[in-house]
Amino acid sequence: MTRVSFTPSIATRPVYGQLASRGNAPALMLAEAAGAGAILDLAARDASVMDHAHLIFIPMGSDDGPHLRALRPRQYNEGPSYPAILSRFQKALADAHMGVQLYLAGSEEMIGLASAEASAAGLPLAAIQTEHRGAITRRVQCVHCKGVTQGVATDPFTCSHCGLTLFVRDHFSRRLGAFQGVCVDAETPGVIPPQREISA
Amino acid sequence: MTSQILTVTEVEPLTDWITRFRFQHPEGKPLPLFSGGAHVVVEMPDAGVLRRNAYSLISDPMDGAGYDIAVRREEGGRGGSRFMHRVKPGDRLRVAAPVNLFALDLRAKKHVMIAGGIGITPFLAQLKQLARLPMPYELHYAAPSRQEAAGVALLPQSPHIHLHFSDEAKRLDLAALLAGQPLGTHVYTCGPKRLIDAVAQAGARLGWPKTALHSEEFLSPPVGKAFDVTLAQSGLTLTVGPHQSLLEAMEAAQVEAPWLCRGGACGQCETDVIACDGQIEHFDHWLSDDARATQRKIMPCVSRFQGRTFVIDR
Repeated sequence: MTRVSFTPSIATRPVYGQLASRGNAPALMLAEAAGAGAILDLAARDASVMDHAHLIFIPMGSDDGPHLRALRPRQYNEGPSYPAILSRFQKALADAHMGVQLYLAGSEEMIGLASAEASAAGLPLAAIQTEHRGAITRRVQCVHCKGVTQGVATDPFTCSHCGLTLFVRDHFSRRLGAFQGVCVDAETPGVIPPQREISA
Repeated sequence: MTSQILTVTEVEPLTDWITRFRFQHPEGKPLPLFSGGAHVVVEMPDAGVLRRNAYSLISDPMDGAGYDIAVRREEGGRGGSRFMHRVKPGDRLRVAAPVNLFALDLRAKKHVMIAGGIGITPFLAQLKQLARLPMPYELHYAAPSRQEAAGVALLPQSPHIHLHFSDEAKRLDLAALLAGQPLGTHVYTCGPKRLIDAVAQAGARLGWPKTALHSEEFLSPPVGKAFDVTLAQSGLTLTVGPHQSLLEAMEAAQVEAPWLCRGGACGQCETDVIACDGQIEHFDHWLSDDARATQRKIMPCVSRFQGRTFVIDR
């Protein structure tokens, strides 16, 4: 899958780039589904980056696992979902030292979650690189009940926790790894704008 | 700029070269609290010249009863430290409110402080601040020898504090120090430029982001050759003396000019250059290399000029 080109927005909306090798610094890599392509492209540009890399892959139907393993990272692990690999990712962060570089490739939701996890572990933002591949659905926190709804594909949508109809903002919380959803009809109850697909 | 007249209540020589001064309110009123790494600017009326020098506060940031500073006598300097070494208990001096340009990043999971020489001073207040926080920290103090390590007299006994003396074969190994630090560690360096550069280089080699490396170089306006400057807005041409900064020359001529740190770090005094036939001697840490090369900006608190014509927008 090719990279998505996102429309420029407000300053808090995450922007994604192209993974670039940071030389021989220790690397922690997390790739999900189509994100495998970003790691394969990175290794094609600088194969040596894999020598110091611990790569965790969440295939979600992708058959790129053998291709990633063939890059011969220092350590390679697979898991079926982000929650399934989370404890391994947390252990890798806890064992890491300052200087480690984090490479994230995959959906917007996974990148947001993994960035928040790494930041909470103390990794500076400048050590995190991201490349978006795949889904553009969003994790959204309801600012009213604080519940997070995953896989939000439309705007507005119904909060899966409190049932309010929420407008999906581009305002993103790095701490939560989630966009903010605000009641769309608070001042005009029942007047709800037409639902649209979330777009890039 | 808020400032007040304070009384010198204690003068204590700590070594042959370093003296501690304590300032208190003349009526015993509490002074504003601060945070570790903050400095104050002390005004020194010295033989017709008004100098303003910045000194790190070394007392407890949570103690408003007084401010302590430590001053190292610089025989080759411009006279500010020599002035302070004539100050006696009971003297009154104008002291500006504390400003912090070297604060601890309290988002850090661990603090590593690296000091060289008199660069120990900002850390003395930070150590007192950190003693109250449930957070790991360590301080490394480097000096050529125990005899030259004036800062040792200022340091408490603590398992957090590590002394490195080159002549005792305990040289500070920066690569080893930075290599094993857990995620969320922030490093703070204060001392000579070569120490700050060495930490930056060791960090860069190990992949440390610059955002986790903080530094403060002890910088006072350098002594230089006299030069002339024309102030376009004020319509004045001044001569800046060898022991005077451009900022001090403007202040002596009653020209309003902004300032905050007086050490080339904060950016407050940045001034546009209108005409420059010659070379600006940039001594600040504020302007980028590109901005310096254009010769369109100067930081009057530390930087100087050599050449024929120099006109600034002030």
